[in-house]
Amino acid sequence: MVMDPKVWREMGLTDSEYEKIVEILGREPNYVEVGIFAVMWSEHCSYKTSRPALKTLPTEGPAILQGPGENAGIVDIGDGQAVVFKIESHNHPSAIEPYQGAATGVGGILRDIFTMGARPVAVLDSLRFGELDNPRVRYLFDGVVAGISGYGNCIGVPTVGGEVYFADSYEDNCLVNVMCVGLIDQKDIKKGVAAGIGNPVMVVGAKTGRDGIHGATFASEELSEEAAERRPAVQVGDPFMEKLLLEACLEVIKTGYVVGIQDMGAAGLTSSSCEMASRAGTGLEMDLALVPRREEGMTPYEVMLSESQERMLLVVEKGTEEKVKEIFAKWDLDAVVVGRVTGDGILRIKEGSQVVAEIPARALTEQAPVYHRPTRVPAYLEEVQNYPVDSLNMPHDYNEVLLKLLASPNIASKEYAYKQYDYMVGLNTVVTPGSDAAVLRVKGTRKGIAMTTDCNGRYCYLDPKTGAAIAVAEAARNLVCSGAKPLAVTNCLNFGNPEKPEVMWTFWQCIEGMAEACRALETPVTGGNVSFYNETRGNAVYPTPTIGMVGLVEDLDKVCTQGFKQAGDAIFLIGENLPELGGSEYLKIQFGLEKGKPPALNLELEKKVQRFVLDEIKSGLIKSAHDCSEGGLAVALAECCISGGIGADITMVRRFRGDALLFGESQSCIIISVDRHKGVELVKKLVDAGVPYTQLGTVGGDSLIINVVNPGCTGCGGNLVNLPVKKIEETWRGAIACLMK
Amino acid sequence: MKFGVVVFPGSNCDADCLHAIQTVTGQPVEYIWHKSGSVDGFDCIVLPGGFSYGDYLRCGAVARFSPVMKPVIEFARRGGMVMGICNGFQILTEAGLLPGALHRNKNLQFLCHDTYLRVENNTTPFTCRASEGQVIKIPIAHGEGNYYADPETLRQLEENKQVIFRYCDPHGEVTPEANPNGSLNNIAGICNEQGNVLGMMPHPERCAEAVLGNTDGQLIFQSLLDFWQRRCG
Repeated sequence: MVMDPKVWREMGLTDSEYEKIVEILGREPNYVEVGIFAVMWSEHCSYKTSRPALKTLPTEGPAILQGPGENAGIVDIGDGQAVVFKIESHNHPSAIEPYQGAATGVGGILRDIFTMGARPVAVLDSLRFGELDNPRVRYLFDGVVAGISGYGNCIGVPTVGGEVYFADSYEDNCLVNVMCVGLIDQKDIKKGVAAGIGNPVMVVGAKTGRDGIHGATFASEELSEEAAERRPAVQVGDPFMEKLLLEACLEVIKTGYVVGIQDMGAAGLTSSSCEMASRAGTGLEMDLALVPRREEGMTPYEVMLSESQERMLLVVEKGTEEKVKEIFAKWDLDAVVVGRVTGDGILRIKEGSQVVAEIPARALTEQAPVYHRPTRVPAYLEEVQNYPVDSLNMPHDYNEVLLKLLASPNIASKEYAYKQYDYMVGLNTVVTPGSDAAVLRVKGTRKGIAMTTDCNGRYCYLDPKTGAAIAVAEAARNLVCSGAKPLAVTNCLNFGNPEKPEVMWTFWQCIEGMAEACRALETPVTGGNVSFYNETRGNAVYPTPTIGMVGLVEDLDKVCTQGFKQAGDAIFLIGENLPELGGSEYLKIQFGLEKGKPPALNLELEKKVQRFVLDEIKSGLIKSAHDCSEGGLAVALAECCISGGIGADITMVRRFRGDALLFGESQSCIIISVDRHKGVELVKKLVDAGVPYTQLGTVGGDSLIINVVNPGCTGCGGNLVNLPVKKIEETWRGAIACLMK
Repeated sequence: MKFGVVVFPGSNCDADCLHAIQTVTGQPVEYIWHKSGSVDGFDCIVLPGGFSYGDYLRCGAVARFSPVMKPVIEFARRGGMVMGICNGFQILTEAGLLPGALHRNKNLQFLCHDTYLRVENNTTPFTCRASEGQVIKIPIAHGEGNYYADPETLRQLEENKQVIFRYCDPHGEVTPEANPNGSLNNIAGICNEQGNVLGMMPHPERCAEAVLGNTDGQLIFQSLLDFWQRRCG
């Protein structure tokens, strides 16, 4: 019987993909098989468009224990311990059903971590929305934050950091990227392999229902007007079930009975089974009639494609089935043997005695199509990059501008969100949300792990290559400011429709920039996630290659924070402030412009600055450190004052226009403070290391005062900023809550 | 002195309580599984925070039917020391060991941040190391910590000095602004009439080590040990 083309087209397969399936199988596939191919070859599962570019990223390094290709990356932190981490998107579901979309985003990434045998210790969220003056945006923002809070707080993994940006390009297509970090003893590392012919295959955790069928396919197309009708494709999370599953899985992994284990995420039982077999070079035979179900009358197709949450697939040593069941029973969970590992490389699905699908496992993974899609430079680039930024009028009142910037939701305190997250459970959070990076202790050692997520989508829109490189550099800089050595990256690449050559061009540019920066800063990529089709009515989101990065703090006594510490301390800018207003938050707030060339990134200088600051934090010379980012030097100084609860008196030489001096967003700039008597020592070290710097002033008083002097021009200097820290803090802290009322 | 920390399905501060008790008191401490039929051999029982049974129903409403609650209630009636933190407090009210109930926070959001508490009664096993009126900084992390009791119960609580902690400002002033969740009379923690059962929403286990930036929570665990060893109270 020949299948109606409508069937595979509706499932998202092209005609040529269907022909390839026929060629691989040597026959026409049946309905179940087409469904299985359709999800596994969807963009979301197969990376068919992104794979050629992803291959150019650096993935190896001395600390990397597991690079891309597994459920999560693993990095060595010494003493036989390791950090397991990954970031993933849940954009499409969150744009339609924000609470459950975000909640299941958290649930999914947690499973990726504990499936490796690691205990999740932290979650970070990188979120992007439209502007808060739009009521639907406020609904999405509130829903997403509540979803993260509802899931993460309940399961008891602290949400310790992340970022929130607001820009029109994300209005219909919000981005919800969730990163999870886990800790593991290296001897306990487990992988998603179905090894050992004859070993039993078990389905554990929640029962299988009809929810989320074709979720992966849904995530592989543009969000249309009718997207709301796709609401049934969004799964519903059960954090309580996941908590039980987490504890039971970690307990069973400790026993040594487990050969391989994988989360049933996107494409559920289908992806977990064929990926585990494919990695091990084996086959799997499963009887779907044995899978515990939530409802009656489910077809084999529905069971294979269900994305019901909180389920895992296990391959265990033959003969240990009963012991494994006992552990799951203790946690009141199902654990059922549904099949076994075979040697023929075939994924054979049965319903009772009847075979309903028979596909070579590798055909679904390794043999998925790869597309080298065409690229074209977007027309908008020239116009936005060449905007004559220098012709803009300078502000009359710098105090007013600074307060406006501090009240901008992109810069203002994100307390409104993180107050709803339990960021302390687990007793590890040493540096809480709101600083450059979160730092967690590793119990029983002197070590800490630092983590951050970063990406300025506007920079990537204005110059994709530089923007992506800056995302990497800023992430590393944030870790360095907290006293950590950056180790490795996980990335979440959010783009529009890759079938458009312009989108594909920005994608490649971002990957190039990211690869360059990761090489220079020695932070390899250990995996991540690609999310295309973030596009509604033909409008793509800003290219947003979110970087998640982890670093190691060798000695927790040497953790550094951004707040000024003591009156009299000397303040320095490490790095070089240049006249760079392009792409700044200042241009957006003051002129409504998202234009110009973003600040340049000199990776050699970046390395030098980071190495110097990290060394001198470790030596104890540096007492506070804060990266300059959105809002430039003035906002960074204000944040140092807020966190420290103390003022600062700053005097700078006016080498170029005052607004660029204060609000330009030059890269590789870090504000530090040192003991007043150590200034000379610091300067000598800076000169020896060849690191550019500027002495800015002194910590003290109740206000932030910024004066400029202009040698050779009498009357050009003067006071630009003079604001009480209390006023600065009120403005910064209350802005988002005020907009949400 | 032997401590026991009850593990309900969905408890998520059980490990934190165990760690804090070990670190502060140096005394033996063990988990007690929710299906356990006995609490023999323990001198103090802690019901930890979390989301027991997911708390999809009213918080603590399912946990109170756990098999372990029967011996815990008997233990409390015999005068044994029982402390419920956060979800533990909610379970104690559901189990009838403490009066009143915990509503959703006034702003309907989960809230996680530091709060200041005024110690209102320092004659209990949980506070005997504190001075009366002492202000301590302890974080909250809950969605349903808005304490409610009918006027008569509330009057009795106040009269019997059963209100142990009240939300206050850093100077000890009990103000509406210092009340994070809408609790009646700024109540953060109460005890039963005999004084051997404490329920509190804030988490002392989260601030009992210098590395976490705050050690005010030690006061409560240290009080328990000192009371047991008859060094205070």
